[in-house]
Amino acid sequence: MSNDFFSMRGIVKQYQMGDELQTILKGIDLDIDEGEFLSVLGPSGSGKSTLMNIIGCLDTPTSGTYILHGRTIRDLSEKELARIRSREIGFIFQQFQLLPRLDAMGNVELPLIYAGVPARERRRRAEEMLVRVGLQDKLHHHRNQLSGGQQQRVAIARALATNPTILLADEPTGALDQTTGEQVMELFEALHDEGRTIVMITHDLKIARHGSRIVNILDGVLSEGVSAYD
Amino acid sequence: MTRLKQKWDMFAESVSMSVTNITGNKMRTFLTTLGIIIGVAAIIALMTVVQGATDTMNAQFDAMGLGTLRVSITGTALKQGLTDAELEQLLACTHVAGVSPSLSATMTAKRGDTWSDSMLVSGNDGAFFEHNADMLSRGRAINAIDVAQESRVCLMDGDAAKTLFFGEDPVGQTLYLDGRELTVVGMIDQDENSSLFTQILLGGSNDGTLYVPYSTAKKLMKTSTVSTLEVYVTDPDETDAAVEEMEGVLDGIFNYKDDTYTIINMESMTEAMNLMTSMMTSLLVGIASIALVVGGIGIMNMMLVTVTERTTEIGLRKALGAEPGQIQMQFLIEAIILSLLGGVIGVAVGLSVSLAICVNTDIAFSLNTFAIGLGVSFSAAVGIIFGWAPARKASRLNPIDALRSM
Repeated sequence: MSNDFFSMRGIVKQYQMGDELQTILKGIDLDIDEGEFLSVLGPSGSGKSTLMNIIGCLDTPTSGTYILHGRTIRDLSEKELARIRSREIGFIFQQFQLLPRLDAMGNVELPLIYAGVPARERRRRAEEMLVRVGLQDKLHHHRNQLSGGQQQRVAIARALATNPTILLADEPTGALDQTTGEQVMELFEALHDEGRTIVMITHDLKIARHGSRIVNILDGVLSEGVSAYD
Repeated sequence: MTRLKQKWDMFAESVSMSVTNITGNKMRTFLTTLGIIIGVAAIIALMTVVQGATDTMNAQFDAMGLGTLRVSITGTALKQGLTDAELEQLLACTHVAGVSPSLSATMTAKRGDTWSDSMLVSGNDGAFFEHNADMLSRGRAINAIDVAQESRVCLMDGDAAKTLFFGEDPVGQTLYLDGRELTVVGMIDQDENSSLFTQILLGGSNDGTLYVPYSTAKKLMKTSTVSTLEVYVTDPDETDAAVEEMEGVLDGIFNYKDDTYTIINMESMTEAMNLMTSMMTSLLVGIASIALVVGGIGIMNMMLVTVTERTTEIGLRKALGAEPGQIQMQFLIEAIILSLLGGVIGVAVGLSVSLAICVNTDIAFSLNTFAIGLGVSFSAAVGIIFGWAPARKASRLNPIDALRSM
């Protein structure tokens, strides 16, 4: 029952929309084991983005308990949430979100600056991560000199840099063509094989199938498997 | 140590981001900082020029001699001036080193066919020329022997030379003052610092000034008393004591009647002048500060726009683990750099303007480090005050909303 690594029990998220109180997540129970590659599959409006925000500690649930890496995420200040994001979560976004004025190295170093890693160690780790994602010859390229796939690899290197507890990817192939998307998925699988814990949010069943386990979210209710799509 | 290092890294990162943002949009940066530039430039220019003018005036006061008192006798209906015996009484004061009486009047000077009926004639004694030796540009000064012998000699300034000896060298030549023949023995430097005071004290509008021995002047002006004198104090620090002593003597001479004489102390005049100019400076700087406030509002506006423009970036930074305080610091640093940039440009503009003003007038230019420090720290303060609200807004952005607005 109790899972100190990742455990959600009865997670409810409600938003006030005008006069109406909308319940986006209706009591989510979710456990993730270390080293799992979990795909959260759901159409838009299903509440998967809200779930991602709560998993990523960008937002806190209205009720329910969420334990991440032995820590209960509840009633935390903005500052404490920022610390947890810095240590536990590696974000990968659909639109890559690289800062245009920084080169690949600079972008990968960014979370390390906030994590308080000294400059020399920062550079060493950033380079290591860029080599890991196969961009050893693009260390000092800027966003406009990189293809979409390469940008997403930089973003993955950035997410890996702080050695987070979980990699949290939001539609990581959403802005890529099919071939590039497949290549990024191969990289995800390789990271999974190395023992990384990955949570990937997607609406695309084909992409979701790369995960070692799939959960399905519909109307704020989570269920194992892909039944809704079958 | 690590904590400090991290802070430094954050700081360096913030500075580098600010510089990129500031240089990325030069026109906007220029317009934003214009208010600060104008404000700081105005402060620097005002303070430098006023300081220069004050220095120049002080130099003129100093040229008049510290420890020099000017006594001007109004007298009573019966007694309009001091006699030689009464001058001796003043000279006997312990703090008085010398007394130099002077007489002045506007007279008619004639030289051949050239003549002027508004020639200022100033009678002085040897002590006057000893204390104002640098006034003499050519020839010799009037000395004690000239005074004793009532010599018919004179010195003249450039204006008088131009009037009477146009295109000639006056030294060694003769002229007539009210029918008496005088020999020109020397020239007075017209640009001498005390010329301003000569004009203030002796009246400005005339064809020039002739300096004659005091005893000769008494004869020329048909008077036996003197109403203006310079008194030299033994020690400039004892000026107040000397004034007190002289007041005792003069009160005795004029039977303690009010308003019979005035003693002008150069030092107290300088003090009064300095007080006046510093009040003026404060007033002007106060007005110029309004420009700084307006400039600060410009910076606040620009920073609010920047925060809105970079919403996504702020969201990303938060997702990557930036704390609200770190985001706030970053935007605050950017505001400070912006206004400091305006401040530095303002200092440069202000100094150029004041240099131009000083070169085109007779005001001495000097680097006013206080004004520069004030301008720079004012602009930094403006950055902190007006950068605060936008930086706070950035730090409070919800990362989810921020990331969604891509």
